[in-house]
Amino acid sequence: MTEHCACDVAILGGGIVGASAALALRRMGFSVTLLERDLCGSRSSGVNYGGVRRQGRPLTQLPLAQRAHGIWTRLTELIGIDGEYVQSGHLKLARSPSDLAALGAYFEASAGFGMDLQMLDAKALRQRFPWLGESAIGGSLCPQDGHANPRLVSPAFAKAAAAMGADIREQMPVDEVAHDGKHFTLTCSQRLVLRAPYLLNCAGAWAGHIAARFNEVVPMVSSHPVMAVTEPLPMFMTLSLGVEGGGIYARQAPRGNCVIGGSQGYALDDQRARPSREAIALVLERTVELMPELRHAHLIRTWSGTEGYLPDREPVIGLSRTTPGLIHGFGFAGAGFQIGPAVGEVLAELVRDGASTTPISPFSIARFATAPPVFSSVPPSATST
Amino acid sequence: MKNAATQGQFRRLSETGRDRVSFTLDGQLREALVGDTVMTAVLSQAWQLRVSEPGGDKRAGFCLMGACQDCWMLTESGERLRACTTFIVPGMRLRSKPKTPDEA
Amino acid sequence: MRPDLQPVIVGAGPAGIRAAETLVRHGLKPVVIDEAPRWGGQIYRQPPAQFQRTRQTLYGLDAKAAAAVLDTMTTLLPHIRYRNDTLVWNAEGGQLDLLHQGQTSTQPYSHLILCTGATDRVLPFPGWTTPGVFTLGGAQVALKYQGCAIGSRVVFVGTGPLLYLIAYQYAKAGAKVGAVLDTATLRDQIAALPDLLAAPGLLARGMYYVTWLRAHGVPLHGGIQALGTVGDGRVDAMRWRDSLGEHEVACDAIGFGHALRSETQLADILGCRFEFNVQQRAWLPVHDDAGRASVPGVYLAGDGAGIMGAQAAEWAGERAALALLADTGQASAPALRTRANKLERALGRTQRFRGGLERAFPFPPTWAKQASDSLVVCRCEGVTAGDLRASVAATGTTDINRLKALTRVGMGRCQGRMCGVAACEILAQCSGQPLQAVGRLRGQAPVKPIPFAMTCATSPSKPEAST
Repeated sequence: MTEHCACDVAILGGGIVGASAALALRRMGFSVTLLERDLCGSRSSGVNYGGVRRQGRPLTQLPLAQRAHGIWTRLTELIGIDGEYVQSGHLKLARSPSDLAALGAYFEASAGFGMDLQMLDAKALRQRFPWLGESAIGGSLCPQDGHANPRLVSPAFAKAAAAMGADIREQMPVDEVAHDGKHFTLTCSQRLVLRAPYLLNCAGAWAGHIAARFNEVVPMVSSHPVMAVTEPLPMFMTLSLGVEGGGIYARQAPRGNCVIGGSQGYALDDQRARPSREAIALVLERTVELMPELRHAHLIRTWSGTEGYLPDREPVIGLSRTTPGLIHGFGFAGAGFQIGPAVGEVLAELVRDGASTTPISPFSIARFATAPPVFSSVPPSATST
Repeated sequence: MKNAATQGQFRRLSETGRDRVSFTLDGQLREALVGDTVMTAVLSQAWQLRVSEPGGDKRAGFCLMGACQDCWMLTESGERLRACTTFIVPGMRLRSKPKTPDEA
Repeated sequence: MRPDLQPVIVGAGPAGIRAAETLVRHGLKPVVIDEAPRWGGQIYRQPPAQFQRTRQTLYGLDAKAAAAVLDTMTTLLPHIRYRNDTLVWNAEGGQLDLLHQGQTSTQPYSHLILCTGATDRVLPFPGWTTPGVFTLGGAQVALKYQGCAIGSRVVFVGTGPLLYLIAYQYAKAGAKVGAVLDTATLRDQIAALPDLLAAPGLLARGMYYVTWLRAHGVPLHGGIQALGTVGDGRVDAMRWRDSLGEHEVACDAIGFGHALRSETQLADILGCRFEFNVQQRAWLPVHDDAGRASVPGVYLAGDGAGIMGAQAAEWAGERAALALLADTGQASAPALRTRANKLERALGRTQRFRGGLERAFPFPPTWAKQASDSLVVCRCEGVTAGDLRASVAATGTTDINRLKALTRVGMGRCQGRMCGVAACEILAQCSGQPLQAVGRLRGQAPVKPIPFAMTCATSPSKPEAST
């Protein structure tokens, strides 16, 4: 028995971006149906490192990141749980003078964005963080960046959206998306047919298929960062660590497990990925180098996921150039967790106003277009229900 | 065989004609027999192997076959070993509980 | 032998040893990887070198079968590569990842026979994490492997043939057995007799253990419900209930378990397809009658593919090796057919006996419902039944992996080995789903904890992967 539904805004994808968009749209009074092919927050949004970090982002993303920072600060109020979010500070380490110079350059360039970065020299590192290995010769600290548990936070956004009246449909893969000039019709294998004038493409690493469906081909690639977790250890890492120039990133969860990410795994298929043995070996080696204290510890599990990347490592956020009512929000290159809640709000603003208060033009899908847009970029105004 | 003066969880029923091995447990000199696992060496004269992280409660292993991972013990130098699958070695310095003030 | 053929057997219990024997007999030279320092698996575990007890003492009525398997492996050693004390912690790209004495290395294979065995199936009761409470298998290891009893007055709880075997072994070895508490009833056991007669020798053995225990004054109680331990931070007694009321029996150690669960993490990592097995209440890697898994070149034998017992494990190991030989053209299928058919018939009869065991010692169907909210389910992470139920109530989740993500159940060092069964049962019960619908926890590398200090035994170091 096929169910037929209609709403103001259909959302494809129940990760943190889609779910926070659903929440924001509900607060504006729009009717929302979100279609998630598995469980909300089961992909990148749920299995990522958990960094809630502004530092290190391209300057283009900092307005979004700052907006997100404000949202994270109110997280419990928004989604009902603290999701183990702590503003522990994020320390980006330099292992060489050129790394340090790069950190210094970023320190200068990002000065106006309110991150309160502090440059630390080797002496300061040893003094404040004696558990850091000798290879760290300096660093840049963002005191209010931090980390959270993505397995709790991402599903909680969907739950909050549902509590506000969003129709969240899990285990609802979409077989077909069509547009008749005014409305989108989404068909979910004889179970559901959904009609809406607006469609948010928040399908994560798979959003390129949706964009291509509407003749907006983007050069998305999938990447598979490797994650590893230790047994519970006495608390020693007081902040979240990153390394300039790549390497590993590490944090210690409140239970004492250290969560470490880095290197690349491989895809098993379109949907699943796994750490490679090289990646595991690299993570082990680099962790001990960075934090010698961990040499006696054990790794108890590894995993990987699927992240969508565009070649410039910037996301696609904004109106479709081909299809009125289609709005994109994907391709976060492994860095979507912190800015996700802000992107959700921006997508909601795009529905309501056709524009966002936060600058997003660098993320326009236009940068991949080879032809001029086929219609006026102002979508029809939505009606609130 | 009667247990040594210190009682423990395990009881030796047989196989006691083996050479002795000295080791240290929580700062105290102890003896076990060659071929004892660390678990046997400790539990034959004590009642716990470790403290569980979430609740701080005492643990003494469970499956004895390397599956439950509840018998990981600390050494004085910070290494960790799985008590049921590691043999006691002369001079091992083991900890089954955190150091007390008078031990430090 | 074809130079490209490198069969590798994981596990050196009865299944792995018979598989190795069969391959060697046909001119192959398998690698046999064993996590333990000496072969024999769990059932025929050999104590360390310095120990003196005879096989008769160690294995009792199983001594002849044990000797046959153990001595066979001795004769095989010059013809195989035996890698003992070695953990297989991952598999990727036709190679296994091994850990041996702090070093990791890879073992290439063209064909794999997984004989990874089983551990006890745990249905917790209050106080099960207390020092002094061990599994039935653990209690057996203490005796067989170390000559120790787990306490000075031991009570055995749960159900399954192991319950009586271990109580018998303990009492025979001179340990004090305070009681044997079986959740199954005499009626269950009588009803199972017709199926148990499919293996009359095993049935007779089981009845012998029960009779012996009774004759030696060990209290045996059936139809019990385990209520929990008594004692503060140690075991002073075991509380239980039956039709006559609540009871307590003094003890300082408890061995418990409700039959066994298969170790399937490697099969999972290798991409084998799994199916829910109703009788074993578990997801198991599928295989044909010969033991071929869904992944070409992977074979499954013994308890690791589904609980079948030691005798059947020997048959299954040999049968899987015959399949490998036929599949690789090392022996013609017709030449092997007679033996293969005989083995498959024997394995078929085993199925009937296993059905009988399940009827005689049924899985306690009300366990999840009776589990109180304060009962610890995940001992690694301290997650209680109440935590699980609260999460289900708050989120409506019906999937064990989502429940794991939200509550941390199964996230500890044991990666769900001890708590997975109980967690799935509770999830099914409180969400009103059939057990099969809640899914299964997945095996991921490393299948057991690996040390950060682990060094690479084989060079060269790989070029840096891009991040």
